[in-house]
Amino acid sequence: MTSIAQTFASCAAKKRKALIPFLTSGYPDQKLFRRALDQFVLSGADIIEVGIPFSDPLADGPVIQQASQQALTAGVTIDRTLQSLRAANSSIPVPLVLMSYYNPIRAYGLSRFAERAYRAGVSGLIVPDLIWEEASEVEQVCRDHHLDLIHLVARTSPPARRKQIIRRSRGFVYLVSVTGVTGTQQTFSRGLTRWIGKVKQESPLPVCVGFGISTPAQARELSRAADGVIIGSAIINIVRRTNGSRKTINNIGAFLHRIREGIDHE
Amino acid sequence: MAALEELEREYRRARRDRNFRGELRELLQTYAGRPTPLYYARRLTRKYRGARIFLKREDLAHTGAHKINNCLGQALLADRMGKKRIIAETGAGQHGVAVATVASLFGCRCTIYMGREDMERHAPNVSRMELLNAEVVPVDSGSRTLKDATNEAIRDWVTNVRSTHYIIGSVVGPHPYPIMVRDFQAVIGREARTQIKRREKRLPDMVVACVGGGSNAIGIFHRFIDDTAVKLVGVESAGNGLNTHLHAATLSKGRPGVLHGSLSYLLQDRHGQVQATHSIAAGLDYPGVGPEHSFLKDNGRVDYVSVTDAEALRAFTELAEYEGIIPALESSFALAYVRKTARKVMSSAIIVVNLSGRGDKDLANSSVKRSLEQTKARPGKNNKNGRAGKTRAA
Repeated sequence: MTSIAQTFASCAAKKRKALIPFLTSGYPDQKLFRRALDQFVLSGADIIEVGIPFSDPLADGPVIQQASQQALTAGVTIDRTLQSLRAANSSIPVPLVLMSYYNPIRAYGLSRFAERAYRAGVSGLIVPDLIWEEASEVEQVCRDHHLDLIHLVARTSPPARRKQIIRRSRGFVYLVSVTGVTGTQQTFSRGLTRWIGKVKQESPLPVCVGFGISTPAQARELSRAADGVIIGSAIINIVRRTNGSRKTINNIGAFLHRIREGIDHE
Repeated sequence: MAALEELEREYRRARRDRNFRGELRELLQTYAGRPTPLYYARRLTRKYRGARIFLKREDLAHTGAHKINNCLGQALLADRMGKKRIIAETGAGQHGVAVATVASLFGCRCTIYMGREDMERHAPNVSRMELLNAEVVPVDSGSRTLKDATNEAIRDWVTNVRSTHYIIGSVVGPHPYPIMVRDFQAVIGREARTQIKRREKRLPDMVVACVGGGSNAIGIFHRFIDDTAVKLVGVESAGNGLNTHLHAATLSKGRPGVLHGSLSYLLQDRHGQVQATHSIAAGLDYPGVGPEHSFLKDNGRVDYVSVTDAEALRAFTELAEYEGIIPALESSFALAYVRKTARKVMSSAIIVVNLSGRGDKDLANSSVKRSLEQTKARPGKNNKNGRAGKTRAA
């Protein structure tokens, strides 16, 4: 059983919904990034998602775009990311999932990347611009190196397509809550929870929902139907608001604490 | 992506549909002004002292560039799919104007994404789009040029995909765009081939076109691919020079990579991050290139070369001076290559150049203005004492 599967198994046993915070690698700087990961664990994260910055993050809204750009300017690369994850590994007891657009890992060398990611303690990979029709090579490489390749399902995916994506996904299925890019949403479109419920029924794997979640109420609402929630832009917004000061880590902690309460009190 | 599946399905269906083909043909003739002429550039030929130069006058198509060919085709498709909103990216603004035009024609709402830097370089086209009732959204991310406008258009599309059709302006992007755009542009080469055969009773020796994403080039090359005796040359922008970082010569200096949904040559650093490009011509200022061009480079059917901004500017002013035609800066890269090459081939040889667009839009460009100043200041036959403006004042 992979570590992601174990995590969901133990969540299920405890009737606990998974909290999956996201942060761009090396954002806002190496030190705060490391401290933020530690804080994620303290605040009850079940899985942590780390984004490798890319010059053209097509699936991301302005918040993650800007974080990505800042990280790139500061010289964050795949090697640096893996280094810092390896160093952090001992203090992070939860599975790590990397998010990268396809071109950087392709340039790095797919199997070299998967091998080193696994050695750095990474359990899963999300490639938002990889459609399943083109995914077989990455899937093979991930299988060879014990990484779960997590595919994304959009609300616009018709049933047949959705079934393919679910069948090809490993670890969990990533449900995209909005028709659009990452960011923070005021409200979600009607029928979202029903849709999540439907996908969950079709899926032998846990389903986690992300894109746009920014409040405990939203997290509670969506976690009723899903097995977990993924939160990214809202965390990066806290970093921006606090300007990377001492308050940053505290505020992230307080925010995730409220989200945790939201999804626990069911 | 589901929307791409839908688009591919609809396109396959449309291609076989006689009504669709008839409607498109009618629009191309009566609205876009096709066929565009193939013009023998007599004075330019004499000036360059070599091969006979023919210009495929896409600059005379409605909206002033070849872009309208693709836009009419895709707008008809959008109409069939019931999409009432059209979006697009634009670099120089030629594609944006063509999209805004077909949106008016079909009564669709229209949003055009354009890099802030390009809006400044091409202010007249921004006004044209606005007059055509399109909303022009400035893009401030990244390098603020064509690549970033494309990112933003894709983000809009995935957000509004149910109501919106995205008209990509070049042979780039995810399948089926590269093939579909090529098919809509192939009319250029079909016409040019017929025209040159009718006039000269033979095929040309060389066909030359500029390459940014590569739609005008694929458009004129496609019908000539099987005519192996015809040399095909794609001209990229070497910007300030290939030895600098300021260029957009993807096929000369790039490595395979994935951007905007296709695997093709790509200007990228060793970490797979897409590099900033530079070209005086906004329409060539793009780090990727159509995947079919990568294929044609690898199998050797097309030669890809590059010329610098300075060389293109020279060709730009010379076409105006010798033929009374102001070319788009983009097309001037193809002309600049011909300028260098024409005298190296036999004078009986025939070169067809795709004059992909007209250059009115470039007159606000500061580099063009500077170059015009220099031309005026240069001693020449129109200005015997060699000083601009002084003759009459004295």
